[in-house]
Amino acid sequence: MFASFLTVLFDGVAYGSLLFVISVGMSVTMGLMRFINLAHGAFAMFGGYAAYVLIRRWNVPFLAVLPIVLVGFAGIGAVLERLLYRWVSRTRPLDQVLFTIGLAFIATGVATYVWGPSQRTIALPAVLTGQLHVLGIDLGVYRLFLIATVIAITWALHALIERTRFGAQLRAAVDQPEAGAGLGIPVDRVFTVSFALGSGLAAVGGVLGVDVIGLDPNFTFRYMVYFLLVVVVGGQGSIVGSAIAAIALGVFDVVGKYYLPSIGAFLIYALMVVLLLVFPYGLIRRGR
Amino acid sequence: MTPTRIPLAGRLPSDRWRRWDVVLWLAPVAAYFAFPAHRVLGSQVIITAIFALSLDVVLGYAGIVSLGHAAFFGLGAYTAGILAHHGWGEPITGLLCASVVAAVVGFATSFLVVRGAQLVQLVITLGVAQMLKEAANKAGALTGGVDGLSDVTMWRVLGMFGFDLAGKTAYVYCGAVALLVFLLVRRVVSSPFGLSLRAIHEGAARMPALGAPVRRRLIAAFTLSAALAGIAGGLLAQTTQFVALEVLDLSRSASVLIMLVLGGAGRIYGAFVGAGLFMLMQDFLARRDPVYWQLWIGGLLVLVVLIGRGGVLGLAETWRDRLAQRRSR
Repeated sequence: MFASFLTVLFDGVAYGSLLFVISVGMSVTMGLMRFINLAHGAFAMFGGYAAYVLIRRWNVPFLAVLPIVLVGFAGIGAVLERLLYRWVSRTRPLDQVLFTIGLAFIATGVATYVWGPSQRTIALPAVLTGQLHVLGIDLGVYRLFLIATVIAITWALHALIERTRFGAQLRAAVDQPEAGAGLGIPVDRVFTVSFALGSGLAAVGGVLGVDVIGLDPNFTFRYMVYFLLVVVVGGQGSIVGSAIAAIALGVFDVVGKYYLPSIGAFLIYALMVVLLLVFPYGLIRRGR
Repeated sequence: MTPTRIPLAGRLPSDRWRRWDVVLWLAPVAAYFAFPAHRVLGSQVIITAIFALSLDVVLGYAGIVSLGHAAFFGLGAYTAGILAHHGWGEPITGLLCASVVAAVVGFATSFLVVRGAQLVQLVITLGVAQMLKEAANKAGALTGGVDGLSDVTMWRVLGMFGFDLAGKTAYVYCGAVALLVFLLVRRVVSSPFGLSLRAIHEGAARMPALGAPVRRRLIAAFTLSAALAGIAGGLLAQTTQFVALEVLDLSRSASVLIMLVLGGAGRIYGAFVGAGLFMLMQDFLARRDPVYWQLWIGGLLVLVVLIGRGGVLGLAETWRDRLAQRRSR
């Protein structure tokens, strides 16, 4: 009983860490530019499709796909930020919502057109499949790998933000953009770099998630609500807040669906409304 | 000292009937006779227009962003559907019940909505809609769950006009309700209450100084909007005699937002123009290929934002003003 609970809890943590990797970029851009990007999940979706093509068509090994996708989508993110988002982030929240929902529709249409409406899977290397039995608990090897990867990414992000010059500029720009700009911080460039990084991470999350949350053209819309919840509940621009919110969301969702299937997803929405009532600005409030 | 009269009458919104209003309201009447084969689609357009008008009250006038308005539409649809399913098929009382239930939930939700910034409003409304959808999905005994609620048998409207397969009664019934809702909304938005909503939209921080209770006004607007959305939902359930779970979908909330912005938010006919254009385009394009429909709608949204605010009616106003300027020169 207890062992099975731990197994479910473990799955919840794995799911939550996936949500964190995908939505952390969205949280930073929201905190930095007050920019609501509902199409953020499209980066994750196209990351998954890129992995599908790389692995199926060109036989690239799974572990090599991750850095390729990270770099490739960071580049795409940087270009899109310069071309489109820079302009949109100056408009009203409603315009941003409409514009990015439009992009999400286009992404869904393109994905359906190119890869068809059905689910796509990618073959995982044999090393990452199977189960480990630790103290009577069943742990999926792939989920362990997932959690380890996310911990590594989080640690790297933390180091980047707390220890480097760029991190200091980013923190200053999130907290006080005008004052930061006045002190000579290139807020624009900081935004481009963090947007690119966020896009790359979302794409990596999409690749990691193919085996956990699936890959089909409706991905962007199906998980839009989840990513938005992570960002808003965690507090815009707060990486620690996003991590806590994502893990909590993942655990409550998996545990709720496992033990209370009659309530199911109802639980997380109720949890979200309660959290937003208690913390109207998210768990951790940064800046203004 | 006698108070000076300020000649504001020309600039205040008025709900008097003008020639234009009559012409515009004759259009659906003409459509009834001109396209007898498309009356079912016609009533769908009218229902969607009422739904868009309900969103206009909060978005266009009060400036509250709702990405979960399908919640109230769906509540209305399920209320009317469940009533008829259990033997009370009287349309008008059913519609009133649908409206009341949606209004009660809207009132309760409004307290969560009006306290936050636009982003929080967006997430709360979205969350409430998702919550209701999950609830409707799980409460299969009451709502039919994923299979939908069938066996919705309606009585005759006013005891005289039975619903027919060709959709004659449905069209006229929806049209009459739409006219009543339109009159109500126009009365409300041109009243001092409606003016205060616009003022809150433009500068919420200044309104308390004028003695306007911002919170209470927004709560009232949100509740009214929910009640009207419930009427639209109830109409859908009654005229199609079926309630599907997708009445509560995120895509319904999103598309009604798109229609309103496309037609022009904050303009009383924006909801009608937007719903008409959108539904006709959808009918025309989606029948060919749903994939292209998603590309179309995505591109359309991007364009609406890029071209500017006010949608189709906003563009028309700009052109009218330009023409007037040229003439006066």
